[in-house]
Amino acid sequence: MTGVGKMEQEHKRSGLMWVDKHRSTNLAKLEVHKALNVRLLNLVRQGDVPHLFFYGPPGAGKRTRVMGVLHELFGASAEKLRVQHRVFKLGDPPKEVEMTLVMSNHHVEMNPSDVGIKDRLVVQEMIKEIASSVPLDAFQTTKKKEQNAAGPEPQGAAAAGANTSNNSAAHKPAFKVLVLHDVDRMSRLAQQALRRTMEKYARTCRIIMLATSASKVIEPLRSRCLGVRVPLPSDTELVQVLRHVANKEGFIVTDSFGAKVVASSGRNMRRALLQLEASKSQNYPFSAEQQVTKADWELACASISDLMLVQQAPRTLLTVRQKLYDLLTHAIPADIIFHAIVANLLRQVDQELAPQLVAHAAMYEHRMQKGSKPILHLEAFCARFMQLYKAYLSAIMDLF
Amino acid sequence: MVGNDMMPWSEKYRPQKVAQVAHQDEVVRMLSSALDDGQGNLPHLLFYGPPGTGKTSTALALCRQMFGAQHFKARVLELNASDERGIKVVRDRIKTFAQTSVPEGRITNKETGRAVPAFKIIILDEADAITTDAQTALRRTMETFSLTTRFILICNYISRIIAPLASRCAKCRFMPLPMSAMRAHLSHIASGEGLSISTQLLDHMCEASEGDMRRAITTLQSTSRMAGPGGDMDDEALVTAACLVPESVLDDFEAAVLGSCSFKDMSLVLTNIVDDGYSVSQLILQFGRRIQENTRASIAGLSDLQKSAVVLKLAEAEAQMIDGADEWLQLQDIGGRLRETVQCATNQGSLRHTIQSV
Ligand SMILES: Nc1ncnc2c1ncn2[C@@H]1O[C@H](COP(=O)(O)OP(=O)(O)OP(=O)(O)O)[C@@H](O)[C@H]1O
Ligand SMILES: [Mg+2]
Repeated sequence: MTGVGKMEQEHKRSGLMWVDKHRSTNLAKLEVHKALNVRLLNLVRQGDVPHLFFYGPPGAGKRTRVMGVLHELFGASAEKLRVQHRVFKLGDPPKEVEMTLVMSNHHVEMNPSDVGIKDRLVVQEMIKEIASSVPLDAFQTTKKKEQNAAGPEPQGAAAAGANTSNNSAAHKPAFKVLVLHDVDRMSRLAQQALRRTMEKYARTCRIIMLATSASKVIEPLRSRCLGVRVPLPSDTELVQVLRHVANKEGFIVTDSFGAKVVASSGRNMRRALLQLEASKSQNYPFSAEQQVTKADWELACASISDLMLVQQAPRTLLTVRQKLYDLLTHAIPADIIFHAIVANLLRQVDQELAPQLVAHAAMYEHRMQKGSKPILHLEAFCARFMQLYKAYLSAIMDLF
Repeated sequence: MVGNDMMPWSEKYRPQKVAQVAHQDEVVRMLSSALDDGQGNLPHLLFYGPPGTGKTSTALALCRQMFGAQHFKARVLELNASDERGIKVVRDRIKTFAQTSVPEGRITNKETGRAVPAFKIIILDEADAITTDAQTALRRTMETFSLTTRFILICNYISRIIAPLASRCAKCRFMPLPMSAMRAHLSHIASGEGLSISTQLLDHMCEASEGDMRRAITTLQSTSRMAGPGGDMDDEALVTAACLVPESVLDDFEAAVLGSCSFKDMSLVLTNIVDDGYSVSQLILQFGRRIQENTRASIAGLSDLQKSAVVLKLAEAEAQMIDGADEWLQLQDIGGRLRETVQCATNQGSLRHTIQSV
């Protein structure tokens, strides 16, 4: 799950899952990437921050840092979030576009790529409107006018006071922030459509973009932002965080179980905390032989790899296909499935076969990105891999 | 202007006059003479060049100087990729704008004392994103209103503009900015902001920006801000701000793919690079440069044929990532191919084959 889906869920269950419950938005207090956090704090302390582009793998803490930046800019009121599902009529002729917005009085978060190729309309109409209209409150079609600390403003002054109505606290910056998730999943045209908007309304609106892969964001957009690379936490940092959370929840993570979680999470912080929580509810105190409890989709991907290594036959392909369908219908992104399957295979196959495995995987994954039906390419890769593997096995048998 | 202090520096220091545009001498000369001659002789224009080289700034400055703030709104229509620009809009919106008549007789631009030319200007910025069909429609429109309207088309790649359109315009190429021009511009900004900065760091900043002035300015701002008040601006802050892949990471990559470690060990190194969030296309770019420089032992030891195989593979992966391919998988594949290339040093035939099959 990515982007707004994720941020919405986080919002709903905040206080429930440890990942969210123990998230701090105070950049100065975060335990991971300390040097980067200090640089970010320094950067946003002046009001002239450039547009920002956070990139790095999922689970690295990009959104946490964005929330930290917002907190530093606007104070605690940036954390009073509300979620809106809205249907917009965009384009000519108008098409219905359903969007989920997460917003505070100072910022709006959204994931334009959620609406597929209609993302261009979202950028051309919605984002432009948000960026160009000054007070965020004006954008909320919801009932009451926001209570201002300075008191309600007289009607007549609305136009003149537009510039300031939103930041009655004088030290708060006079711009709003638009946070765009999964920019690397946005279509080319939508990315293009963002270019001039970022420049034209820079005075009233700063844009923060998030992406997993910087390579997929067009150069003119990258040129308009300060890029901020957010790496996955190191193993040591990860152990620290696990300890910290366990401490707050009042239990103990043994060294050996901590190491297991770190290894099975692939340095992904979000995944590590989810796994720790699931494992604890499965069995606590942790036993010596206890395995880390993984998410269903991770298990499904692992079982696909295992099946292919055990038997290379048309029957296996049928089972694999079913599992792939299940994963896709549960909204696990196809590239994440692809990645997980290949990583599992790569861990298990012989050195001699590995180069061929990655060459084919890279080719089929590329086709999947260009094509429109992920399942076809996932399946084609699985079929091709089994063929390769079978040929390899029989070549080895021939040696004896 | 009010509140300019809150603007990001790349906007704060946007050139307001054509003459302030750095380095694009030929373009500046041509436009300045068009401004000076007072007859309002201006052909349709096509600006092209990489991001952050001054295209939009120049177009806006030209219009501002021609018409002055007073007439700008009535005489200039700016359409960019954030506007719907299908065929219908090209027909309707441009027509409506082009058809409204301009007042007859001499009008003076109060700022310059010169006559305001009798035409209007339509800026079509970010024209790469206009479909071929809409461009074809545009061709007619351009002809129809050529007496009263001038077009300025702006794009990154001139190849995206259909030939019949391009041939109607005077072409202005915007060059990536050379070190000298960037150095001068950044020093100017630095002194305006009261920063003291070593020439060496300034040079590194310019180098890191690859001819993109906007990026150079943002890097300057970020590097100095990130250091904190009174803090030291250093190369590390610069590497962070400019999104470079540090030399040490490139070394690890080079050792893994050109060295003799096992596939699994190489694969781990590559996975770590991706987990650390480095942009794989940036890595490819910087590694490609190392190959060109040819100064490092492990690279200089490769045959020309091997080097071309390596570069071809890098280019292929780069193209596939632009299509949206997964960075981690592409990097693993690059690793696999490069190892193969190095190891088949003795087998020229199979290398030829590799090159042909890419
Ligand atoms: N030649 C230049 N001289 C001075 N400043 C420049 C120059 N080129 C770019 N800049 C700086 O970069 C910023 C962006 O420039 P501009 O909008 O003109 O770029 P562009 O060529 O239109 O790029 P894109 O293709 O990304 O739209 C300007 O605000 C200015 O600060
Ligand atoms: Mg431009």
